Amino acid sequence: MAGNESLANENGGQARRKAVMAVLAHSATADIAGHLATLALPVHEDLRAPENGLVMVRGRVGGDGAPFNLGEATVSRAAVRLSTGEVGFGYTLGRDREKARLIALCDAMVQSVELAGAIEAQVVAPLRAAMIERRNRKVAEAAATRVDFYTLVRGEG
Amino acid sequence: MYVAVKGGERAIENAHRLLAHERRGDRDVPEVSLAQISEQLSLGVDRVMTEGSLYDRELAALAIKQARGDLIEAIFLVRAFRATLPRFGATEPVDTGAMQVRRRVSSTFKDIPGGQILGPTFDYTHRLLDPLLAEGFAPETPATGEASTGATPRVTDILGRDGLIEPSPVAEADAPVGDLTREPLNFPADRDLRLQNLARADEGFLLALGYSSQRGYGRNHPFAGEIRFGEVEVEFMAEDVGFAVPLGSIALTECQMVNQFKGSATEAPCFTRGYGLAFGQSERKTMSMALVDRSLRARELGEEVIAPGQDEEFVMSHSDNVQATGFVEHLKLPHYVDFQSELGLLRKLRKEFAEANEAPQMQEAAE
Repeated sequence: MAGNESLANENGGQARRKAVMAVLAHSATADIAGHLATLALPVHEDLRAPENGLVMVRGRVGGDGAPFNLGEATVSRAAVRLSTGEVGFGYTLGRDREKARLIALCDAMVQSVELAGAIEAQVVAPLRAAMIERRNRKVAEAAATRVDFYTLVRGEG
Repeated sequence: MYVAVKGGERAIENAHRLLAHERRGDRDVPEVSLAQISEQLSLGVDRVMTEGSLYDRELAALAIKQARGDLIEAIFLVRAFRATLPRFGATEPVDTGAMQVRRRVSSTFKDIPGGQILGPTFDYTHRLLDPLLAEGFAPETPATGEASTGATPRVTDILGRDGLIEPSPVAEADAPVGDLTREPLNFPADRDLRLQNLARADEGFLLALGYSSQRGYGRNHPFAGEIRFGEVEVEFMAEDVGFAVPLGSIALTECQMVNQFKGSATEAPCFTRGYGLAFGQSERKTMSMALVDRSLRARELGEEVIAPGQDEEFVMSHSDNVQATGFVEHLKLPHYVDFQSELGLLRKLRKEFAEANEAPQMQEAAE
């Protein structure tokens, strides 16, 4: 029972970290940095210096079948450790190493019981709201181009 | 035969200096920025990303600028850049069914869940040059509409529910995914390798092959089951983190072609499929790719292989425009020694020919 509980906690923690990473990956570096600047940052060090690399992006045959290699994408990654021991990872598309480092720092802070609330309220929540707003605008623009079919009735039947 | 020849360094250096000058053009005209290329020549950027096989808008824009707008040269530059970075691994396969759709049309069903969404398209424009664009033109802000709350499932998934269309091939457990950037190409090639090759392939080459297959060089006249363009989320299983991390989203275009299939002794008649997928908004590319993907399935489906578009060795060996341009354009590099030997041989043959023709004449004259 205790084992299941800790597994559930771990999965819950992973899901929360993943959700935060998704918001940050979708945000601009300057915006992440701007919101982080409103917080007192914990003491931390680079566990892995930010670096650039590639990932091979995979699709699926027919959209839902066997995987195939579509082509590569640039990515950046970094790892950060807080003086209190939490290790955070940052991965993002593109070659912006600073963005990867900031994501890693946020990921470490999310795992800290003391800092998680502040990072959610001051950094992630506003970035998430902005992301949803951008997404909704695009959806609304696309929706305006949806075709409404109507039938022309010919003759009297 | 290649022989090292010294000389020409000064000429080469000055030629590159002249190239840089010509690239800049008239210096009274403002220089174009990477952001301008990325934002305003975005479909060119999409093509360079797709055929350069690297998703990075800024790098593709830089390549286009450096190549003076020559997209094949830009693709070459991007391919060369790729080799400078380490590969961390492969992403989880993207889920195009969960795409944030910006365009989605089907020529098979009028009423599809999620609707027909035209999005930003050249379709139905009159193809008349617009003088307003020459003068600097601020377009209206886009109209907005109410988003449908339902999902936008793939049209092929809808057909699949009734068994009217073949299912997508499923991967064998733990089967490695072929990668032609890592292993040399062997024939026959499996569909994963064929699709990777077609995804990187020259758009013009695929367009011509797809067109030829429609016109009767290999019977292939499908319906566009669905074309969709939008953003998909990308996740990467990072071993150090211990779970699949979100990397952000990329823009993709997907095309599903639906073809007739008469069935066989063991299989009921059903529709078959051709598939196309590319970075960015690359509609002509994905449609051509789907046509050629289907025509390359001729052997698998028991169809007679009679046309170039059905011959995977022909298609896959000639589809890559970086390889093709390398071999075609190497002809302009110095071949002085080769040519000297050909010249010597030709002189010898002509001399022998002349002597052979002279001999009987002399004999005739003697009689």
